[in-house]
Amino acid sequence: MSSIPKKTSALLLGIVTLVFAATLSGAPPAEQKQLSVYAPVATYTLPVVERSGREYVGLLELLEPLGRVSSQASGVHWSIRYNAVDGAFVAGKTRAKIHGRDIDLGAAFLIENSRGFVPLTSIGNLLPRFLGTTVDFHLAGRRLLVGDVGIQPSFQIESGPPPRLVLNFTAPVNPTISTEPGRVRMAFKRDPVVNPGSQAISFTDKVITQASYSENNGTAEIDVIASSPLLATFSNGGKTITLSAAPGSTNNGSSNAAPGVASTATANSGQGKAPSAAPSNAAPVIRRPLVFVDPAHGGDERGAALSDTLAEKDVTLGFARLLRHELDLRGFGVQLSREGDNSVSLDQRAGMANSGQAVLYIGLHAGSQGSGARVYTAMLPREGASKGAFRAWNAAQEPALPESGAVAAAIVAELQRRKMSARGSSASLRPLNNAIMPAVAVELAPGPNGVADLSSATYQQQVAAAIADAVASVRDGLGVQR
Amino acid sequence: MIPRHLVISVAAMLVLVVTMGIYARHMRRQARELEPPANNTLPVAPPASGPTETVTLYVADDASGALRRQSAQIPLPSGRQQRGEELLRALLRIYQEPGTAHPLSAASDIRSIYLVESGAAVIDVNAAFADEHRSGILAEQLTVNSLVETLAANVQGIQRVRILVDGKARDTLAGHADLSNWFDVTTMEQTGN
Repeated sequence: MSSIPKKTSALLLGIVTLVFAATLSGAPPAEQKQLSVYAPVATYTLPVVERSGREYVGLLELLEPLGRVSSQASGVHWSIRYNAVDGAFVAGKTRAKIHGRDIDLGAAFLIENSRGFVPLTSIGNLLPRFLGTTVDFHLAGRRLLVGDVGIQPSFQIESGPPPRLVLNFTAPVNPTISTEPGRVRMAFKRDPVVNPGSQAISFTDKVITQASYSENNGTAEIDVIASSPLLATFSNGGKTITLSAAPGSTNNGSSNAAPGVASTATANSGQGKAPSAAPSNAAPVIRRPLVFVDPAHGGDERGAALSDTLAEKDVTLGFARLLRHELDLRGFGVQLSREGDNSVSLDQRAGMANSGQAVLYIGLHAGSQGSGARVYTAMLPREGASKGAFRAWNAAQEPALPESGAVAAAIVAELQRRKMSARGSSASLRPLNNAIMPAVAVELAPGPNGVADLSSATYQQQVAAAIADAVASVRDGLGVQR
Repeated sequence: MIPRHLVISVAAMLVLVVTMGIYARHMRRQARELEPPANNTLPVAPPASGPTETVTLYVADDASGALRRQSAQIPLPSGRQQRGEELLRALLRIYQEPGTAHPLSAASDIRSIYLVESGAAVIDVNAAFADEHRSGILAEQLTVNSLVETLAANVQGIQRVRILVDGKARDTLAGHADLSNWFDVTTMEQTGN
């Protein structure tokens, strides 16, 4: 038996290692578990964590966008106040007290880094006690509807020619539409679309045969099965989506065309706007570009006192969560510098952004002066020149400063387009100057209702949506592939 | 039985103690009313004497979020450092007037200005300047830009400026504006507010 020479075996080993490493690095990251919350005042997502085989969610983070909330941890005791309702929890205990009444959580309460976590299974019972209103919690799909916000779909098939499926919704919707061979998939992440009454509906039409409804990881989906490519059009102010067979793709109800649809990923952006007609049978897997969102201050560092009771650190955290949701809807991955009320140093924030290979850094602040929002880029200090591959820490932002300016200008323009007061400037504000990627800071200022708007989820969401739209509009400039 | 004279003596002493206590309290209140406020460190005399000069001040305006140029006639001493100090004190007085567009604490003051080497200046402000400054990017950055640009516009040759608080380096003015580095005057003029 002949043996493989040492050099050849070393080469083979190297190739195998490289292939293995490439496979690992190219593998899409596992989807993070999340809870989508739909309320009249805000729509947002929260990360769901797993402890001892159970799913948990931060209670402060869950209530924060919905009202005035504060919490305090003292050893194993954790208390929370939401508007005028007090809750008392004990780490490791399955029972808690809300507004003086006992409630069973079904599993142990957890405290981590002063943040209180409740079992996901308990929030259907827990939240009405705090909110004083009904909630509709879909545990399997991780979707929580607060109050009467549900959007009901209805289906109507028209045999044509060409055959059409008309989906009517009780409120405007804005789904992401993707395609797979033989089906159109509409994902409703920001819309509280609910079950139409049946998980699957069959049609007698030969081209459009079935529609089904499902919920998964905070998103509702409607799948339409068809034997021909379909075109999607929006009308009735976004309340109606019409799926119709693409011209030339049907032949009296039967088709030789490859099953699929004629639209690629799109979203409703106006009445009558049709999606791209380029056929696509498989959506390419594209890694989501990462945006690092940095809610300023935290822990002992409260930031500006925006009112007698409102600290900047609390506004920035709530604002960051809403911005995460808006960016997520636009196809960006988002990493927050902090998830709770903990302190993170400026160097740590810059280090996290730089090592995470984010394509954009957005620092969030809030101030009580002026109105609207102010967008800042770094005012770089006078520093020595970078030496070779080593960049001066205090001027690490220098190469990315032109792109930062473009992002800031886009955000200002988008805010102004939405009739909000906005201006751009530069500031000596760390860690902007330490970030190696394009970096901006947004200082949220009072809205039409004054300082009270700073803690209003509705106002924050308007600004967050404008920022996210602006970031999406300059994604090419960030070196991100569409 | 307690002797009568002893009872009278003790009663008289008690009356005396109570009376003295009331008097001491009255005196203490009077003394407190006469004391000047502890945090008032503003100079009581006019800051400088000598011929007045026309200077350019860069005055911050919170409403517009920008600096506006303003000419002023102030007496300035002949030394460069003293000129810089009086110049910035004149600027501070604008911010300490009632109804100012960019309020600063009445206790804020410039301790010293050092021209340390060719083109470099250090502004040393007192602790109250930073401790009582409003927190926020806009408010803090306007203050920094106003000080730096006013100094650079009126004292020739200044290219970079550092701000110290009570003689010591400090990370931020009031939680936002970074004071740990030198400010480049040209960069600030080109990109500032």
